Amino acid sequence: MLQAINVHKSFGETGVLKGVSVRVSRGEVVAIIGRSGSGKSTLLRCMNNLETVDGGEIRIGGEALVSPGPDGKPVYKKDGELRALMLKMGMVFQDYNLFPHYSVLRNLTAPQMLVLKRSAKEAREKAMALLAKVGLEEKANEYPCNLSGGQCQRVAIARALCMDPEILCFDEPTSALDPQLTQEVLSVIRALAEEKRTMVVVTHEMNFARDVADRVIYMENGLVVEDGPAQEVLGANRSEAIRAFAGEANY
Amino acid sequence: MRYFNNPEAFMKLMASMQSGIVATLTIFFATLIFSIPLGMVIALLRMNRRRIISLPVSLYILVMRGTPLMLQIFAIYFAIPMLTGTNLNRMTATILAFSLNYAAYFAEIFRGGIMAIPVGQHEACQVLGFTKTQTFFHVVLPQVVKRVLLPVSNEVITLVKDTSLANIIAVGELFRAAKNEASRTASVEPLFVAGLFYLLMNGVVTLVFSYLTRRMDYYKD
Repeated sequence: MLQAINVHKSFGETGVLKGVSVRVSRGEVVAIIGRSGSGKSTLLRCMNNLETVDGGEIRIGGEALVSPGPDGKPVYKKDGELRALMLKMGMVFQDYNLFPHYSVLRNLTAPQMLVLKRSAKEAREKAMALLAKVGLEEKANEYPCNLSGGQCQRVAIARALCMDPEILCFDEPTSALDPQLTQEVLSVIRALAEEKRTMVVVTHEMNFARDVADRVIYMENGLVVEDGPAQEVLGANRSEAIRAFAGEANY
Repeated sequence: MRYFNNPEAFMKLMASMQSGIVATLTIFFATLIFSIPLGMVIALLRMNRRRIISLPVSLYILVMRGTPLMLQIFAIYFAIPMLTGTNLNRMTATILAFSLNYAAYFAEIFRGGIMAIPVGQHEACQVLGFTKTQTFFHVVLPQVVKRVLLPVSNEVITLVKDTSLANIIAVGELFRAAKNEASRTASVEPLFVAGLFYLLMNGVVTLVFSYLTRRMDYYKD
């Protein structure tokens, strides 16, 4: 479904991804964990075309977003096809990135109408159904500035779902939230996992990763150090590397 | 006191300055209509990644902001006929000079406003599949308007007073009308009357902008 093969990425002199390969199957929930600076967010951003890779290949649903050209340099898909391909991906950001000048409802309807050319009625029905799903129907006409962080993040999840992505990505979705608000967002993600949605979650929430993810990928210094079923990677027989990381993360 | 305590004389003075007021309002509105869209275009060109585009635009902004508007009015009024051989109407030359000059100031205000939009807004648009044009018109521009209202109001207030510079090429605007009236009647009072007019206009400008600010208050960033 989603595949990164030997992806390299540097910011200036600093190598952030040093040959990362990951694979996400349909219906799978993958948690990517690791310290700050391990490259986990950069990997997710590369897969969502928010960063350009310096080398390697990324495939979404069998189609190459980027692949090495004849000279080995990465070649991206052409603009029009690229946009169509990226519609298969949905993304939820750490700081929500809702449109502050739109009401909650319009945050959800505008992208559907502008990008998917849905009618106002259709977009509205979809939006209201998804707001109900994240428990925010009654906030449809509020502006994002009047919502709590947890509510904003749930709206952002609903907005991403409005576009019917095949793969939903989360970039540290709870890092800006206090523990209580974190729980309300995590329970929404947990509900999505139960629907067997394909999801990639970059997170610091170790308990959440163990409970919800099918697979956990642990990254360190721009490399995948561990990749396996959540119970194995985070379970009783977890490795030294995970123990050290978890110690720092107050596990 | 010749006018302020004599309503009949005051009305006469008003009548003689009427065409000046019309000319001033013409310069004012025409400049706004042309310079605001032009300023937005210049701002976007200035932000273009290719230096071959952004560099000449920076130079344009430097010249327009770095030399007196009075000189620019002169230059356009006298240089264009010399270069093209066609005569330029005084009012047209004035509006052209004002628009080009104010567009440079507006461009920098708009550029500041566009740069202040968090990168996350662009990223959200990108992952939702917006085109660049959709991103600009539906997400960036509406938020820029709110952010630039205050600095733009400053420029508009300055513009009201700057219209008086048009008298340098003998455009019969308000200040020139007042000056003529002052020398004809050997009294400074017409100049003060003109001053009151500029003040009144800026009172209206202030009201309009505080209305717009309130209109944009429905959300916070």
